Amino acid sequence: MNEYQYDYKTVQGFVLSAIFWGVIGLVAGLLISAQMWSADLNFGEYLSFGRLRTFHTNVLAYGLGIGAEFGLFYYITMRLTKKPFVLPKLARLHLWLFNIGVGAAGLSLLIGMNTSLEYAEFEWPFDVAIVILWVMFAINILGNIFTRKEKHLYVSLWYIIATVITVAILYIVNNLAIPATLTKSYHLFAGVNSANVEWWYGHNAVGFLFTTPILAMFYYFLPKSTGLPLFSHRLSIISFWSLIFAYLWTGAHHLVYTPLPDWIQTLAIAFTLFLIAPSWGSVVNGYFTVDKDWSKMSTNYLTKFFIVGITFYGLQTIQGPSQGIRVISSLIHYTDWVPGHVHMGTMGWVTMVICASIYYALPAMYKTTIFSEKIANTHFWLVLVGQVMFSITMWITGIQQGAMWKMTAADGTLQYTFMEGLVRNYPYWQMRTASGLIFVVGMLFFIYNVLMTIQKGKKNLAKLQEA
Amino acid sequence: MSKNDNSIYNRALLFSIVAAVTVLIGTIATVFVPMFTEGMHPKVDGLKPYTALELAGRDVYQAEGCVNCHSQVIRPLKADVLRYGQYSKAGEYAYDRPFLWGSKRTGPDLARIGGKYPDEWHIQHFESPQAFYPKSNMPPYPWFKEKQVNVKETLARMDALSFPYTEEEAAELEGATELDAMIAYMQVLGTSIAKEALIEIDESMIEAESPVKGDADAIALGKKLYKAECSGCHGQIAEGNIGASLVDYAEFEPLDTDTYITIANGFEGAMPGYAAKFSKEKIWAIVEYINSLK
Ligand code: HEC
Ligand code: HEC
Ligand code: HEM
Repeated sequence: MNEYQYDYKTVQGFVLSAIFWGVIGLVAGLLISAQMWSADLNFGEYLSFGRLRTFHTNVLAYGLGIGAEFGLFYYITMRLTKKPFVLPKLARLHLWLFNIGVGAAGLSLLIGMNTSLEYAEFEWPFDVAIVILWVMFAINILGNIFTRKEKHLYVSLWYIIATVITVAILYIVNNLAIPATLTKSYHLFAGVNSANVEWWYGHNAVGFLFTTPILAMFYYFLPKSTGLPLFSHRLSIISFWSLIFAYLWTGAHHLVYTPLPDWIQTLAIAFTLFLIAPSWGSVVNGYFTVDKDWSKMSTNYLTKFFIVGITFYGLQTIQGPSQGIRVISSLIHYTDWVPGHVHMGTMGWVTMVICASIYYALPAMYKTTIFSEKIANTHFWLVLVGQVMFSITMWITGIQQGAMWKMTAADGTLQYTFMEGLVRNYPYWQMRTASGLIFVVGMLFFIYNVLMTIQKGKKNLAKLQEA
Repeated sequence: MSKNDNSIYNRALLFSIVAAVTVLIGTIATVFVPMFTEGMHPKVDGLKPYTALELAGRDVYQAEGCVNCHSQVIRPLKADVLRYGQYSKAGEYAYDRPFLWGSKRTGPDLARIGGKYPDEWHIQHFESPQAFYPKSNMPPYPWFKEKQVNVKETLARMDALSFPYTEEEAAELEGATELDAMIAYMQVLGTSIAKEALIEIDESMIEAESPVKGDADAIALGKKLYKAECSGCHGQIAEGNIGASLVDYAEFEPLDTDTYITIANGFEGAMPGYAAKFSKEKIWAIVEYINSLK
C-alpha cells in the first residue's frame, strides 16, 4: 500500500485546528480562574464569568478534545484498516464544517444562547449541526472499518466503534428539546427526569469523549512508540466489555442526596464502585506493556507521557468511584474538589495522551523525526507540574470549603457564614491561576515543537518527492 | 491474534451491534424505564407554571450561566437545611425544563431564595454584589436594568411550554426589563411549599437581658459581624438603606430581647433570620453593638 494515498492532510488539519481551539480555550480558562478571585475582571456582558466559563469548557471539550479525536481517529483507523478514506472529500468537508461549527457555537455561548445543561449547553440549531458532523465522521470511520483490508480488529478499533455509537446515542437523547424559536429551546424532560437524563449523558460524555477515545489512542500509540507489544489481549477484552457495560449505569452518582429516587442513586453508586476494575484493567495493561523494558522511560521520550497519562487515569478512576460514595459526596460535592478531580482527567490524562499521540503521528506522517525532544521534555515537565499543582490546590480548598459549610457550633448553629468560607478559597484560587499559567506555558512549548516539526516535515517530503 | 475467523473481533458489524446493545442495557434500566414511572413525575400541590415574567427571568438565568456558580437543590443534610432551608422535594421541579440544580456552589444555593430578600435588595445586589459583600466574586450585572424583555419572543416561549397566560399578563411584559424578570424569578423560587421556620425564637428561649451588657469584646465582635452581614441593608454606619437606620432604632432604647428576636427570626420578605446562622453569643454581641450606637 502506497503511503501517499492516505489522506493525511485532513488528519493534519484536525490536529492544527484542535491546537488552535486549545489555545483559545486555555486563555479563557486562565481568565475565568482569575475572575474567581477578582470580580473586577468581568469585562461586561459577553465576558462575564457565567458565560465565559461555559465557553471555556465547551471550546476545550469540543474544539481541542473532539478535534484531536477526529484527527487521530482518522489516522488510527486508516492505519489499522490499511485503507485510505472511503470518502476523502467528505472528510475534508468535515474538517471545514467542524471549524466553522466550533467558532459559531463558541460565540453563541458568549451571546447567551445557553441551555444550561452541562456539556450540552449549545442551543438546538448547533445540536443538529453536531449530529450531522458526527454522522459525516461515522461514515468514514465505520465505512473504513466495514471494508477494511486487515481482518482482525485491533483493540483501538473496538474503542473507536464504541465511541462512535455511544456518543451518538447520548448526544441525541439528551438534546431532545422543545424548540420555541430559532435561538431557544427547552429540555424535553422536566424536573427530576431532566436531571437523570442530563447526568446519564454528562457522566458518559466523560466516559465516551474523555475515556474510550483516549484509550483507543493509548492502545495504539503506546505499543507503536515504544516498539513493545501490548501486554495482554485477554485483559483488554475483559476491560473493554466491562467498561462499556458498566459506564452507562453510573450517571446518578452526580445526583447523590438530590430528590432523584433513591434506588437510581444507589444502583449508580454500586456500578460506580465496580468501575474501578475495568479502568484499572487498562492501567495494568499499560504498565505491564512497558514492564518488558522500563529503560524506555528514559531512552524513549514518549513513553513517560503515556505512562504518566495512564497513571493519572488510574488515580482518577480511584478518586471518581470514592466521590460517588454518599458520605464522601456529602463533603466534596459542590466544592472545588470536583474541578480538582476533573482537571486531573482533562489535563493529566486526556491532554497528555493527545499531545503524545500527536508527537508520534506528525513525524510519522511527514516521514521525519520530532523537531526537538528537549522541547518535548520541557513541555512534559511544565504540564506535569502545572497539573499536579492545580489539582492539589483544588483538593485542599475543596475539603476546607466542604468542612466549613458543614461545621456547627456547640449550640447547633452554623459555625461559618457563606462569605467566611468563600474568602478562604482566594489564596488557593490564586495558586490555581499560577498552576494554569505553568500548564499553558508548557503547552506553548508543545505548539512550537509541533509547528517546527511540520516545517521540517514539509521540507523532507519535498526532498523525498524530488528523489 | 484470534485464530477463529468467526470471532467477533474479526466481524465488524456484529461487533458494533453487540457494543450498541451493551451500552443500551444500562441506559434502558436507569434512564428509559424510570422515565415512564410515576416516581419521576411528581408535583407538589402548591406548584404553578411559571408566569411569562418569571420565565423570562429564568431564561436570563440560563443565558448568563448562573448555574455555574449557584445550585438550586437543598440536600437532606443538617448543614444544608440550616443554611438554605427545607430540603428540596422532587415535586417542586415539575415545570423545570431543564432542571437547574447545578453542580458547584461558588455562591450559595438559591433553591429557597424566594422571599428571603426584598426586591430592592436584588436590585442593588445585581447592580453590585460587592456593595453588600466587598469580597464577593459574583459578577455585577448592571445591564439587566437596561435590557427590555422581548415580549413576542417570551410569549412564543410560553406557548412552546404550554404555560397558560392571560392578556393582562402578556400586557405586563411591555416595558419590563431583564432586572424585573430576574427578580420575579428569584422571588418565586422555592415558594411552592409552605415555609416552615426552622428555628423560631421566642422570649422563653433566651436570657431576659443581654448577658454581655456593655462588654467591649462583645461590641467589637458584634461590629465585625454587623459589617460582614448587615451593613449592606442597614448601611455602613447603620444609617439605614433597605432596612431601617439602626442608629435611630437604638435611640428608642429597645428591649434587648426584642432586638435579639428580630435578628434571630427576621421578617419574611424583608430581612432574613439569623437564628440558624449565628450562635447565641454572636447574636448577643450584635445586640450589644446596636445598643452601643445610640
Ligand atoms: C462567579 C460566581 C457567581 C456567578 C456567575 C453568579 N453568582 Fe450569585 N453569588 C455568588 C456569590 C459568591 C454569592 C454570595 C455573595 C454575594 O451575595 O454576593 C452570590 C449571591 C447571590 C445571591 C444571594 C444569595 C443569598 O442567599 O444571599 C443571589 C440571589 C444570586 N447570587 C443570584 C445570581 C444570579 C441570578 C446570577 C446570574 C445572573 C448569579 N448570581 C451569578 C457567585 C456568583
Ligand atoms: C435584606 C436586607 C437586610 C439584611 C441583610 C438585614 N436586615 Fe435588618 N432589616 C431589614 C429590613 C427591611 C427591616 C425592616 C423593617 C424596617 O425597615 O424597619 C429590618 C429591620 C431590622 C431591625 C429592626 C429595626 C426596627 O426599626 O424595628 C433590626 C434590629 C435589624 N434589622 C437588625 C439587623 C441585623 C443585626 C442584621 C445582620 C445580622 C440585619 N438586620 C440584616 C433588612 C435587612
Ligand atoms: C472510573 C472513572 C470515574 C468515576 C467513577 C468518576 C466519578 C465522578 C464523580 C462521582 C463525579 C461527581 C463529583 C461531584 O460532583 O460530587 C465526577 C465529576 C467529574 N469527572 Fe469523574 N470520574 C471518573 C473518571 C473521570 C475521568 C477519566 C474524567 C476526565 C477525563 C472525569 C471528568 C469528570 C468531570 C468533567 C466531572 C465534573 C462534572 C461536573 O461538571 O460536575 N472523570 N466524576
